[in-house]
Amino acid sequence: MISLAGRDIIHGWGKFVFTGIGLGLLIGVTLVMAGVYRGMVDDGKALLDNSGADLWVVQKDTLGPYAESSSLNDDVYRTILAMPGVAQAANVTYLTMQVRKGESDVRTMVVGIAPGALGATPGWPPYLVAGRQITRGHYEAVADIATGFRRGDVLKIRRNRYTVVGLTRRMVSSSGDPMVFIPLKDAQEAQFLKDNDAIWQSRRRTEANPAFNRPGVPGLLDAVIASQSTNAFVNAVLVTLKPDHAPDEVAESIRRWKRLTVYTRAQMEDILVGKLIATSAKQIGMFLVILAIVSAAIVAFIIYSLTMDKIREIAVLKLIGTRNRTIVAMIMQQALALGVIGFVVGKITATFAAPLFPKYVLLMPFDSIAGFFAVLVICVLASIVAIRMALKVDPAEAIGG
Amino acid sequence: MNKLPLQGRTLALLAVIIPLLALFIYVGLQSGPLAPVAVTVATVESRAVTPALFGIGTVEARYTYKIGPTFAGRVKRLDVHVGDQVKAGQVLGEMDPVDLDDRVRSQGSAFKRAEAVLREAEARQTYAQTQARRYEQLFAVRSTSEEIVTTKRQELQIADAALSAAQEDIARARSDREGLVAQRSNLSLIAPVDGVVAVRDADPGTTIVAGQAVVEIIDPKSLWINVRFDQISAWGLSGGLSARIVLRSRGGQILEGHVLRVEPMADAVTEETLAKVVFNAIPQPLPPVGELAEVTVDLPTLPAAPLIPNTAVRRDGDKVVVWQIVEGDLRITSVKLGASDLDGYVQVREGLKNGDQVVAYSEKTVTVKSRIQVVDRIPGVSE
Repeated sequence: MISLAGRDIIHGWGKFVFTGIGLGLLIGVTLVMAGVYRGMVDDGKALLDNSGADLWVVQKDTLGPYAESSSLNDDVYRTILAMPGVAQAANVTYLTMQVRKGESDVRTMVVGIAPGALGATPGWPPYLVAGRQITRGHYEAVADIATGFRRGDVLKIRRNRYTVVGLTRRMVSSSGDPMVFIPLKDAQEAQFLKDNDAIWQSRRRTEANPAFNRPGVPGLLDAVIASQSTNAFVNAVLVTLKPDHAPDEVAESIRRWKRLTVYTRAQMEDILVGKLIATSAKQIGMFLVILAIVSAAIVAFIIYSLTMDKIREIAVLKLIGTRNRTIVAMIMQQALALGVIGFVVGKITATFAAPLFPKYVLLMPFDSIAGFFAVLVICVLASIVAIRMALKVDPAEAIGG
Repeated sequence: MNKLPLQGRTLALLAVIIPLLALFIYVGLQSGPLAPVAVTVATVESRAVTPALFGIGTVEARYTYKIGPTFAGRVKRLDVHVGDQVKAGQVLGEMDPVDLDDRVRSQGSAFKRAEAVLREAEARQTYAQTQARRYEQLFAVRSTSEEIVTTKRQELQIADAALSAAQEDIARARSDREGLVAQRSNLSLIAPVDGVVAVRDADPGTTIVAGQAVVEIIDPKSLWINVRFDQISAWGLSGGLSARIVLRSRGGQILEGHVLRVEPMADAVTEETLAKVVFNAIPQPLPPVGELAEVTVDLPTLPAAPLIPNTAVRRDGDKVVVWQIVEGDLRITSVKLGASDLDGYVQVREGLKNGDQVVAYSEKTVTVKSRIQVVDRIPGVSE
């Protein structure tokens, strides 16, 4: 038995293939949109993965350090180290800022990483793609490759210059800004260091205050100014646990005895995905839904019009006594073939287009598979309308016209 | 009849479909979870490592002389300005003496008056002595009464006492005057050593409390750097080690120096060890006191041991590990690390031997399930 669908496709293969490719581009955009959504969520998870922490200790009653600002004294980590179950505790600071390199600047998240034993301290970039990890306690930086910096570049953060000694990849903040890792002490300074004008003005203000500038107490003014320009705060303490200790237990004991707020990995994910990127994710989700509906409508329309083009031929088929089943199979097979071509083209375009996007686009295999079946279902549903039209056609149309 | 065109069309269709499918399969394998992770490989090799410590500090003067009055007073004149070279003993300025000169003159007069009183006492005593002697002689020949002789003796004693009182008075007046003169000269601000005026805190007319500095002098030969090393990486720091100093104002220039001493008191708040580093030759022009300096201290070279780049070190739970490549497969290997240098190499004490291959860079986190593709350079990295 000859395949009517195959015959028909071969007959008008150019039109068929190009329709498929057009459909594919539409499906590709939909897949990319799903990838954008997944990428947003993945940015949040990458942030948590890369910190290497099991617990986040933050200022009491804040959602820090990512979703809210949080500040802790930088010696709190010592008391946390003494808690049972804690393997490592390291200070960390996060600051989103423009980092200058020459004339241009790049939006980055500057992470201050605590010095510590190599490979054991949480907060450090877990892997590099070039260069080396920071070895000096000051003025070195490891940058994400997405910043566009190269090894040996000199960055300017506040008034200090940092040499890029290593490059890493996929180290991003929850909003997708690439990270720049610098030593903690520099980062603490950068976070609170004002520009020189502000420092001068603040000194003058202090000088003008008679309470601090007393002629009878030489040295008081210097002491007050010195105390104004120090920063002994960090944003969070990253904690890793010893084996055989449940995160919730250790977190509870830190909460209870140190009176600080502690988040476990699961709670942190809730905060990042559920609170921080919730609205933007919903926004993208809405787009995805609309795009899917539009795609479905266009697929239905294409298949409907393809069938309508052949309505005279179908009438002839009916006239020569072809069974309805054969006609139904022909239209259905064509619709599915169109769907498959569209999906293949869509998947290819999405994969090649994804790296071109400024933000991370994550194409999940599960999304692709779900997309594939969704495309097939849409094609089948769309073909049903066309099939109804084909079956209702009057064989006389073949002669009449 | 139409068999050939039909075949032609089938071929054309296949020509489109087959590359499309091939591309699809390629895309499926090269992206997503099935894609291999690009890694670069480093070979463990034995080399000597020279650990070094890196710290920052500020240029400070070892000796700072704060010169000011010992009494509250007003600055009368100040002859030196910031940057002036001064010699030991040089008068830099003077405090306003107010009434001190008048009081010195008053003491001079008091001294002269005491001298006059002394002369009077001497005259009285001489007369009393003569009288006493004369009456003693008269009494010896019984031409005067004993009462009169006794009176004359008593008058001599009184005159003696008056004379010594007058003598003491003159000593007191002299000392008083000398004290005031000493105070007067104490109002001069004098440089104790050769040096450079670093700060001029007050100008003529300013009232200064006792002990407040008017000028500060530093000894330029005594410039040193107060360096802070993070305690976590300060092991091995000791006096005498050679150091390389980069001043913030002279970025490209490396100055030679050495560690003078490691301070016995560390900073407990900042968790830093303090050390003093001196220049082998004082740079000219002098760096300003307070300038930021970066100091690298070279520790003695250690004997050769297996070395890996520090990027190979990963964390797995609470263990320090490396990803070793054995016959093309990934294997996780626990390691114990030793000393490291500032160029990013670290000694391996246990876990690896020379010639072993480890993953140095990877484009994402490597897991046991990862397929790897060894490359020379991670894609996207430009040198």
